[in-house]
Amino acid sequence: MEKVTGDKAKLWIAAGALVAVIALYLFWQMGGSWQFALNLRYVKVLAILVVACCVAYSSVAFQTITHNRILTPSIMGFESVYLLIQTIVVFVYGDNTYRVLSDWGNFAISIIGMVGFAFLLYLLIYKRGKDNLYLLLLVGVVTGILFNSLSSFMQLLIDPNDFFIVQGKMFASFNKINRNLLGIASVIMLVTLYIGMRLARYLDVLALGRDQAINLGLNYNRMVQLFLALIAVLVSVSTALIGPITFLGLLVTNLTYELFRTYRHRALITACCLVTGITLLGGQFVMERLFNLSIPVSAIINFAGGLYFMYLLLRVRKI
Amino acid sequence: MSLFVEIILKIIIFILVLGVCAAASLFIGVADITLSDLLSGHPEAWSLVSISRIPRTMALLLAGAGMSISGVVMQQMTQNKFVAPTTAGTLEAAKMGLLAFMILLPSAGTLWKMLFAFAFTFGASIVFLTIVRKIRFRNVIFVPLVGLIFGGIIGSISTFFAVKLNIVQDTNAWMMGDFSGVLQGRYELIYLSLPATLLTYFYANKFTVIGMGEDFSKNLGLNYPAIMNIGLFCVSLTVSAVVITAGVIPFLGLIVPNVVSLLFGDNLKKTLPYVALCGSIFLLLCDILGRVAVYPYEIPIGVTVSILGAIIFLAFILWKK
Repeated sequence: MEKVTGDKAKLWIAAGALVAVIALYLFWQMGGSWQFALNLRYVKVLAILVVACCVAYSSVAFQTITHNRILTPSIMGFESVYLLIQTIVVFVYGDNTYRVLSDWGNFAISIIGMVGFAFLLYLLIYKRGKDNLYLLLLVGVVTGILFNSLSSFMQLLIDPNDFFIVQGKMFASFNKINRNLLGIASVIMLVTLYIGMRLARYLDVLALGRDQAINLGLNYNRMVQLFLALIAVLVSVSTALIGPITFLGLLVTNLTYELFRTYRHRALITACCLVTGITLLGGQFVMERLFNLSIPVSAIINFAGGLYFMYLLLRVRKI
Repeated sequence: MSLFVEIILKIIIFILVLGVCAAASLFIGVADITLSDLLSGHPEAWSLVSISRIPRTMALLLAGAGMSISGVVMQQMTQNKFVAPTTAGTLEAAKMGLLAFMILLPSAGTLWKMLFAFAFTFGASIVFLTIVRKIRFRNVIFVPLVGLIFGGIIGSISTFFAVKLNIVQDTNAWMMGDFSGVLQGRYELIYLSLPATLLTYFYANKFTVIGMGEDFSKNLGLNYPAIMNIGLFCVSLTVSAVVITAGVIPFLGLIVPNVVSLLFGDNLKKTLPYVALCGSIFLLLCDILGRVAVYPYEIPIGVTVSILGAIIFLAFILWKK
């Protein structure tokens, strides 16, 4: 009982910290034209919050249904599909890309591509009567490698100037968020998250393992497929909005598990959303304001997340 | 006795197929060369063949055999059929080594380049083996997944530096598996994979035993750590030599050993020659396909191997009983 109250206190602290980071980010060194600065900054804060919720829910749910702390849904090929789409677009249109395809069109194509890919993958595995989740992952990863090779082949042929359009898409960045997209992305995220949170108690059961879950009367395969669908939507929204951040999910979920002891997913996911928000905003703040670095925050998060993760892999006795 | 003859016959058939592919590789290309040109001692044809076609064919042969055998060794060391340079972060590590070389000692010679790539692949393989040993339940598919994540992490660290130095497109270009740049005087490092391959064959029986697990091999009186180190050495040497000469060739070490093991079993002393032959044949065919498909241009072999390899591998895991 004590532990649970401890977690509750920590949740409030995390929420407080997030508010503090948001305030810091919004109001640090405002300068004279505060309306202008605020107008730019609040868009980034909103985008970061949307991405944080997408990444947090999808990663926690994914790790629960795969019973594994070292997996993240984005390895399943979503990002390869996204990059392939972006590369094809630039490959075909070259420097006309922005004139031919609006941000809206790009967003829609990306989301349809990624969600479509995920559902094809699920169909392929489940229709064949194989309900092995790891098999699903491996097929996803291998397809991802295939797509990556195709993308890098096309990237070789692209004019180096046009390549910068692709390179801009290769790394997640909060510096070029489109306001219109932010609206639709938040709506999709909120609806999916609402459904996901209502189903969160089923995750508590799934966490007990397949046999236990079936024993407790859960339609295991149905439930897993449902969560996989939610995950696909969330990952796609986040990737299409800002670009790929592969290892963010790994970093934040493991941080959350270190800080919070609860096994109730409603609390865990909320905590993870907060932790992700703090990580992203804090990272963005440090990079942008303190170091003036031009490196995209995602490259840094992948770098730091990767190192942290290696440490985690080598430190723990058993995986 | 008849069994022995049968084996010899099979190997001869494979060698014949390989010979046909190699000959095709010598004569297919933008410049037209015919056998009669060579026989009549046409100087231009001979110089073309010796500068470009023979090095390319040799490099393909060695890379195909070397990468496939590396795959076998890694599969034995981890006791997992899905582990190969592609799925253990080995290729990513070689990439990272090359990038480190470009950043730290850009003007030093190829030997340093080789040393960098070798050191990084060796280190990454040790880390991967350490991680695999910690995996609690050895689900067949889980181990390669961990390896792929491991590779992704190494890749993201390299990317970080590539972005910082603004050489993302260049790094991608170096890494794309491609034999069109293989010319006399620029590919000889790949011969380093030959002793590694021979060493593997020499220790074939011991690698077979290692595939049965640490306890079992120790029980049989095998010096387990020593054999593991030899395996690591051979794999790192081969992979780094191939990556430096021709770039990344994915999937080869994954598919060829599995197909051979389905057809011929798991006694390495018997199957290693098939693995080497099949690897070379497969790579030669992929390269020829890349040369013919958009003639007179070329598709890099990294692309053809990826596409064919991914399809074969997917078929393999989806239809496996």
